Amino acid sequence: MNRLARLFAEKKKDVLNIYFTAGYPTLDSTVPIIRSLAEAGADLIEIGMPYSDPMADGETIQHSSSVALSNGMNLNLLVQQIAEARRHTEVPLVLMGYFNQVLQYGMERFVGAVAGAGIDGLILPDLPAYEYERDFRRLAEEADLQVSFLITPQTTDNRIREIARSSTGFLYVVSSSSITGGSSEISDKQRAYFDRIEKLGLDNPKLIGFGISDAATFRTACEYFNGAIIGSAFIRSLAGQESRVAEASREFVERILQPQEQ
Amino acid sequence: MKNIAIDDRGYYGRFGGAYIPEMLHANVEELRRNYLTMMADPDFKQEFDLLMRDYVGRPSPLYYAERLSKHYGTQVYLKREDLNHTGAHKINNTIGQILLAERLGKKRIIAETGAGQHGVATATVCALKGLKCIVYMGEVDIERQAPNVARMRMLGAEVRPALSGSRTLKDATNEAIRDWINNPEDTHYIIGSVVGPHPYPDMVARFQAIISEETKWQLQEKIGRDYPDAIVACVGGGSNAAGAYYHYLNDERVRLIAVEAAGLGVDSGESAATSQLGTEGIIHGSRTLLMQTEDGQIVEPYSISAGLDYPGIGPLHAFLIDGKRAEAISVTDDDALAAALFVARQEGIIPALETAHAFAALDQMAYGPDDVVVVCLSGRGDKDLAAYSSYLDSVPLNPA
Ligand SMILES: Cc1ncc(COP(=O)(O)O)c(C=O)c1O
Repeated sequence: MNRLARLFAEKKKDVLNIYFTAGYPTLDSTVPIIRSLAEAGADLIEIGMPYSDPMADGETIQHSSSVALSNGMNLNLLVQQIAEARRHTEVPLVLMGYFNQVLQYGMERFVGAVAGAGIDGLILPDLPAYEYERDFRRLAEEADLQVSFLITPQTTDNRIREIARSSTGFLYVVSSSSITGGSSEISDKQRAYFDRIEKLGLDNPKLIGFGISDAATFRTACEYFNGAIIGSAFIRSLAGQESRVAEASREFVERILQPQEQ
Repeated sequence: MKNIAIDDRGYYGRFGGAYIPEMLHANVEELRRNYLTMMADPDFKQEFDLLMRDYVGRPSPLYYAERLSKHYGTQVYLKREDLNHTGAHKINNTIGQILLAERLGKKRIIAETGAGQHGVATATVCALKGLKCIVYMGEVDIERQAPNVARMRMLGAEVRPALSGSRTLKDATNEAIRDWINNPEDTHYIIGSVVGPHPYPDMVARFQAIISEETKWQLQEKIGRDYPDAIVACVGGGSNAAGAYYHYLNDERVRLIAVEAAGLGVDSGESAATSQLGTEGIIHGSRTLLMQTEDGQIVEPYSISAGLDYPGIGPLHAFLIDGKRAEAISVTDDDALAAALFVARQEGIIPALETAHAFAALDQMAYGPDDVVVVCLSGRGDKDLAAYSSYLDSVPLNPA
């Protein structure tokens, strides 16, 4: 069974998904970060393939991506690192990247390589729905890779239903229409948006992402759906930690999961 | 190639489409649903035509360049987009888009700019309509196109530096896209070329199509036939070229010449000659030719010309060049500078550095004495006087 499917079958609440950029802060951080996040209690890990022009990402991920690229990260190396991490952990792994990287690698070759290395799901935010349905969906399904799509406060109800039908993985609920990295309180407007999604009664698991940065925002997000995704805040916590990425990763997860103070 | 047109998903053959994250979908879709109907609306047309005439100063003249014609042994006509208000073709598109933005109820306008001509043209129409204007510009370009930065500020626009990558046009475009993602409700993004996700390439081409629409009747008046033998235009993203070609796309009697910036030389590693150095991929939401590594990382381009310093080309041009309907010629920094000086002294016209590339391409072409060659004189060179002055200091006196 796909590890993501198993996770969401077993755990309905408080799913913690941590995102990091592969190759940051150092070229060989990938394996220790994955192992340490998983051991400390992250339920699922999203690995960003660094891209030169990450148009949906804010300063933090732009910076980690350009550091990762100058460190020499590339897809072939990342596939090897993921396979290595897979020898140590059964944590579900999702790969996120921009579609151009997949196109250049070759769609079929890409799907085969990442599924073979132990990836369970994909997020390709700029892959258009029709191209996914036409070319990509079959490849992903044959390789047992779940594909997640994003929805935003501007996505209409009808479109959310369509996207939910296309999504074979969890729905990525963008908390506000903003690029990654903003830190925000959850506002009334966002609550109304979450309620609107709730009313659609979709079967897909849902994780809230963008702007979740600490224990408080994580807990609030978890009140609405199955869990939340933290990216930029984790990456910021790795700055200057080149020699202790494993410890820094563990400490970060512990801070998020610390028992609620009364 | 038969019947060059865009399909309903926004593709010219394999090129085009809309490769955008969901955060941009609502805005791009709103535009896609509305642009054709709005542009066909009689009120829109009336306002557009009036502004084109009384504000921009159209029609722009088609000028027979006698001395250049003699020099090249052919008939050279210049389509004088440099005489438009603000000094380049860019205003044709910004007038069109501001009228759309107004009808869509947008209150805030963002734009990217390279040479600053599109930024100035956007700041201008925002002043005209009383809308807030923010222009993203690479830090390198802010420095090399300083006069245009001052103009934008004078017009009330805020110029925000793009600090990532090569700090040029590509990076300014990334920042503008991020701004749009962060401001999904009240903002319209005026893209300055035939690039970006559908419907931008088609929409911008339609606004720039006025260039070839006028060329047709102007040629008819001057030479008794409404088409030239060749049209030469520089290509950054490709908007002046798209406009100059538009009404001739399906007229195979007309050669279409796309002039790209070779920078220090096509094989120097410092170039922006996308059609030669590029491969198929995705940039700024469009499937097209772009300069990239094997891993699909976008390569930083280089050209002395801020308006041509872009690692992609619009999907229409990828389609035209891939299908051999258009021929690509590349021109180095040095050849462009020499051509600018030559044209200034032959015709008394100082062209923009971008346009100077189109002029330099004339040296690489072959023609007969009766051939009619239209060069799209996309902009004037006031903004480039610093580069021209230092060039003058470095060449022997009176080379022409
Ligand atoms: C005068 C002039 N010509 C040409 C260009 C290149 O743009 P495009 O290829 O869209 O016409 C620019 C861009 O800044 C410009 O200012």
